[in-house]
Amino acid sequence: MIPIKTAAEYLSQGESFEVLFWVGCAGSYDARAQKVSRAFAEILNKAEIKFAILGDEEKCTGDPARRAGNEFLFQILALQNIETLNQYQVKKIVCTCPHCFNTIANEYPELGGKYEVMHHSKFLEELISLGKIKIKEDHSTESVTYHDSCYLGRANGIYEAPRKVIDHLKLDIKEMKRSRQNGLCCGAGGAQMFKEDEKGNKRINEERIEDAIETQSNIVVANCPFCMTMLQDGIKAHEKQEQMMVYDLSEMVLQKMI
Amino acid sequence: MLQILFFSILTATVFYIAYGRFLQIYKNISLGITENEKHNSFTGLKNMILFALGQKKMFNRPVSGIFHLFIYLAFVLTQIELLEIIVDGFTGEHRIFAHALGSFYNFLINSIEILSFLAFFSTFIFLYRRNILKLIRFQKPEMKGWPSVDANLILMGEILLIFGIFLMNSSDQILQNLDPQHYPSTGKLYISSFIGASLFGQLPQDWLVWFERIGWWLHLFVIYGFILYLPFSKHLHIFLAFPNAYLSNQESRGKMSNIPVIENEARSMVGLPPKEMVEQTEIFGAADIFQLPRRTLIGAYSCTECGRCTSVCPANLTGKKLSPRKIVMDIRDRMEEISNQVKPNVEYNDGKNLFDYISQEEIYACTSCNACVEACPVLINPLEPILAMRRYDILMNSGGPSEWMGMFNSLENTQSVWQIPESRDAWTKS
Repeated sequence: MIPIKTAAEYLSQGESFEVLFWVGCAGSYDARAQKVSRAFAEILNKAEIKFAILGDEEKCTGDPARRAGNEFLFQILALQNIETLNQYQVKKIVCTCPHCFNTIANEYPELGGKYEVMHHSKFLEELISLGKIKIKEDHSTESVTYHDSCYLGRANGIYEAPRKVIDHLKLDIKEMKRSRQNGLCCGAGGAQMFKEDEKGNKRINEERIEDAIETQSNIVVANCPFCMTMLQDGIKAHEKQEQMMVYDLSEMVLQKMI
Repeated sequence: MLQILFFSILTATVFYIAYGRFLQIYKNISLGITENEKHNSFTGLKNMILFALGQKKMFNRPVSGIFHLFIYLAFVLTQIELLEIIVDGFTGEHRIFAHALGSFYNFLINSIEILSFLAFFSTFIFLYRRNILKLIRFQKPEMKGWPSVDANLILMGEILLIFGIFLMNSSDQILQNLDPQHYPSTGKLYISSFIGASLFGQLPQDWLVWFERIGWWLHLFVIYGFILYLPFSKHLHIFLAFPNAYLSNQESRGKMSNIPVIENEARSMVGLPPKEMVEQTEIFGAADIFQLPRRTLIGAYSCTECGRCTSVCPANLTGKKLSPRKIVMDIRDRMEEISNQVKPNVEYNDGKNLFDYISQEEIYACTSCNACVEACPVLINPLEPILAMRRYDILMNSGGPSEWMGMFNSLENTQSVWQIPESRDAWTKS
């Protein structure tokens, strides 16, 4: 068990925290994404960052509701979250989910929620360059491939921060043929995660994982819980579970962290 | 004299008709809504220079990028020659710029000729890519019929135009020696003098005079035809790419526009004071062009149907019906259908809307991945209207995929996308 405190606990103990870790629905409930939440929390603890979570006071950011077209539901969720965040006078937020990140960073300000918001890939990059995360001297030349999530990449223009983190880990990135601005979606965005596909001849994640298979890397590094699910399903569909695994950036960091 | 009269009447008629048609397009675009989003003129100008004038994104695909550049540059530079033709036409002079510009004229016309030659070659490459190589992005369902004909017509017009230029210049090159009084010297034009010497060298002078005139009129007719044809064609991108790039979205691509009326409704639901001065709207999202922002409408008229958006769309790549290009083309078609029938202060109703063009199956297949937005060389945003139509269908029609109802219920009841009877921090305890 990792010691993690909620914002309410900080408040009742009369203490303050540096940064709020926004866990998100996937990070809270999805079994695979929960592991990522734990990995990231462990990194924060090791790096001695005073962080809080909202726990049961956190609600879905409203991203899937808004992309699905349900603006009313989005507004209700967003306004409640902003109330909570403002009540705790949160200044800085870090998200492990690029959808949560995008919504809080780009859509909350005009509703009254103005914070410094970071996706954990950027946050990790900063911690490494500040020396708060120290990486083991390891001379294995393992190669990985990296999947750009749409909401971190094209939506917010963050392509290099996660790659720099991977570089710091002394891992060799074998780029997929479609990467950065040209990266192919995993198929989950725009609330697709929560519905069946329309009629077609292939699933998007199966198309995407072929790019990863081509790189002959055993590890696919992702930065989004929904991409992780989609890519893992793609691996299963191609019966490559024995050879390939999907990891979040934070899990890679934790493995190599002193 | 007769020639001057004919030329003047022709020119006036062409520009009058074109003016009416362009005005109509302007009116159609004005049917859209204006949003008070953040727009910085300087950034707009920068986008226009970089993407419309500079064609930055065209080179993401180097083959079509470079051939398109040849045609583009030839087209831009040929306007100088066209200007001369028009001045000559009104005054009855011949090559009026030749004297005034001297040796620079020679440089200019030589440049036009070299670029025209490259453009001529490029046009054949483009015809080949469309009709023989049959690139996938030109073969999608929305390209059947008129859109393909439209594309080929423009390319053939281009060939005719360049043919006219070379017929005119190469016969002129020989005539300059035979009758220097009427044909002022242009200096040596490398391509035309070569064509002239090898093809027309032995022909009688009156034939050459005819050839020169045919070339001159052909150039003019093709250009005038073009001016009239443009506003009916996908080729309108040569003009509208500029305002479209200028007006394009400058905020984060991940941000969706706010609906203040709904925000206020939600504020009262959660016990917050409403924001003041909110414009009342009864329609949420978009069912028709009247609810789309003007920049979306200008985008639809700026689309040249290259299909780069569709060729990178994950839904389209995996065989779904959604094609971002079709969405953009449908919006234009709908504007054309409504065109001229909207009366001021009367609500337009023909019993149809955009959903007669674009199906639910299409809009719900979108992953909002922004690949189409990234791909468009002239900064059209096909994602915005897709999400606006979803909003309408969900909020006004209670439509949408049935699985989403489960998600909405879960969000309402447990404030999580999944209905899981567990504490949100359970992950910290295992």
